[in-house]
Amino acid sequence: MADDIDGARPTGSRIPTVIADDVHIVYRVNGGGVAGRGSATAALSRILRRDKGESRGVRKVHAVRGVSFTAYRGEAIGLIGTNGSGKSTLLRAIAGLLPTEHGKVYTDGQPSLLGVNAALMGDLTGERNVILGGLAMGMSREEIKERYQDIVDFSGINEKGDFITLPMRTYSSGMGARLRFAIAAAKNHDVLMIDEALATGDRKFQIRSEERIRELRKEAGTVFLVSHSNKSIRDTCDRVLWLEKGELLMDGPTDEVLRAYERETGR
Amino acid sequence: MSVPPSPDDGLTPAELAAKYGLSVSGARPGLAEYVRQLWGRRHFILTFSQAKLTAQYSQARLGQLWQVATPLLNAAVYFAIFGLILEAGRGMDKKVYVPFLVTGVFVFMFTQTSVMSGVKSISGNLGLVRALHFPRASLPISLALQQLQQLLYSMLVLFVIVAVFGSYPSLAWLLILPALALQFTFNTGLALIMARLGSKTPDLAQLMPFVMRTWMYASGVMFSIPIMLQDKPAWIAEVLMYNPAAVYMDLIRFALIEGYTSDNLPDHVWLAALLWAVVVGVAGFVFFWKAEERYGRG
Repeated sequence: MADDIDGARPTGSRIPTVIADDVHIVYRVNGGGVAGRGSATAALSRILRRDKGESRGVRKVHAVRGVSFTAYRGEAIGLIGTNGSGKSTLLRAIAGLLPTEHGKVYTDGQPSLLGVNAALMGDLTGERNVILGGLAMGMSREEIKERYQDIVDFSGINEKGDFITLPMRTYSSGMGARLRFAIAAAKNHDVLMIDEALATGDRKFQIRSEERIRELRKEAGTVFLVSHSNKSIRDTCDRVLWLEKGELLMDGPTDEVLRAYERETGR
Repeated sequence: MSVPPSPDDGLTPAELAAKYGLSVSGARPGLAEYVRQLWGRRHFILTFSQAKLTAQYSQARLGQLWQVATPLLNAAVYFAIFGLILEAGRGMDKKVYVPFLVTGVFVFMFTQTSVMSGVKSISGNLGLVRALHFPRASLPISLALQQLQQLLYSMLVLFVIVAVFGSYPSLAWLLILPALALQFTFNTGLALIMARLGSKTPDLAQLMPFVMRTWMYASGVMFSIPIMLQDKPAWIAEVLMYNPAAVYMDLIRFALIEGYTSDNLPDHVWLAALLWAVVVGVAGFVFFWKAEERYGRG
């Protein structure tokens, strides 16, 4: 799969969709000191000291250090690395949800990030969430009506009864994740980023989503996938970025990088 | 990966981005483009407000009946305390005072709830903000629209109360349409301002009930400002009467209540209503847009 996507394209037709240029991301955490956030005096002194800048009581966490890469149209890129290596942070920066400290991220259109904790509207029914999610992504009412059944079928929410008419807060975490993925995947994104969202679904759903990821790639989008399952990376991605401690350790074809990664992590 | 040499080799990332028309991720669109994007999401804004309205009472047994019961109970409580116990309606006929009080409560609550939901519009919908991309102003606008629809239910209750106390539908009632349109614009602007402030300082959600209560007592919701403050310096009453909440309340009272004449209104009251709406509406929108790229971060 990887070969015919890259090989079939003549020189110069590789269209970049995401360019990360020496990206650094720094988190500022309030009240990381001994006196915790909950203490009233600490909070008060924080407010009083505000005018002196962010120097006191604020700890900096340098989460991503100088990552550069270019992603092309039609690529599916896996991000691997141990917990806390900066994968999710990097994706959020690409999606424009986190400011970069240094360097820039250029993207084609608006990337969409699909994370595990992206609860939509818990007090509304699944049905309403599908419609509102679609409208928020900029789909028209007709488009949503047309795809509604596909979205519901894809999510598999109704396989065990009529759950789509229940409020989303009553869903299990797996059901919620599946519906969110189904909504986000209904639109053809230029750049779609999936942050471990597939891990919560069952095997059947994972197979369906991997299928959908391949489709999205064919429709000339770029897909990023964060996963701790090497198998799903192997099944869907043709290129892998290996992040460790915020630095890009390796960038190359799936097999090569995964082999090195597995050797390193002893699996 | 063995990539054949391409004409793009040797370009810096910035040049490459420019060549293929890539834009910096998360950059804020221009004001005109922002308005255009927002217009593109008008169906989302409307549907979201309706969904929130129906979801509000979905956990209650009486369900949507609360849309009408809540304003009714509110009116009853305020009447019991201010009308019967404190006799705040001094200098006013009961036929005027009861509709005066109920109108004041409903109209002020329209602004109050818009502000309160505005404060939480970003921080309370972080999941949505972080998952999907849409102009963020959709949220405060949508929530202000939800409050407008909520007010329409209250208006039904209000019409009945006003009629019971002897003011019957007339052409003057049509004046509530422009008055509510102006108040809605004002509320939306205020909700946008509060949304930006609240997204940065969530503590505002704790603080605002007190600010709003002070505002309510200062706006003459349950008493007539000129009558209550007649022995104080005149400028105090003037200032209080030109505050936007008082302006919009008075306009709607004037439209609905027969015994509430234009003597009770400050001079140029429609101009004041228009200015408040335009200034706060536009300022709020621009203020919110200025931080568009920062919502939902951190």
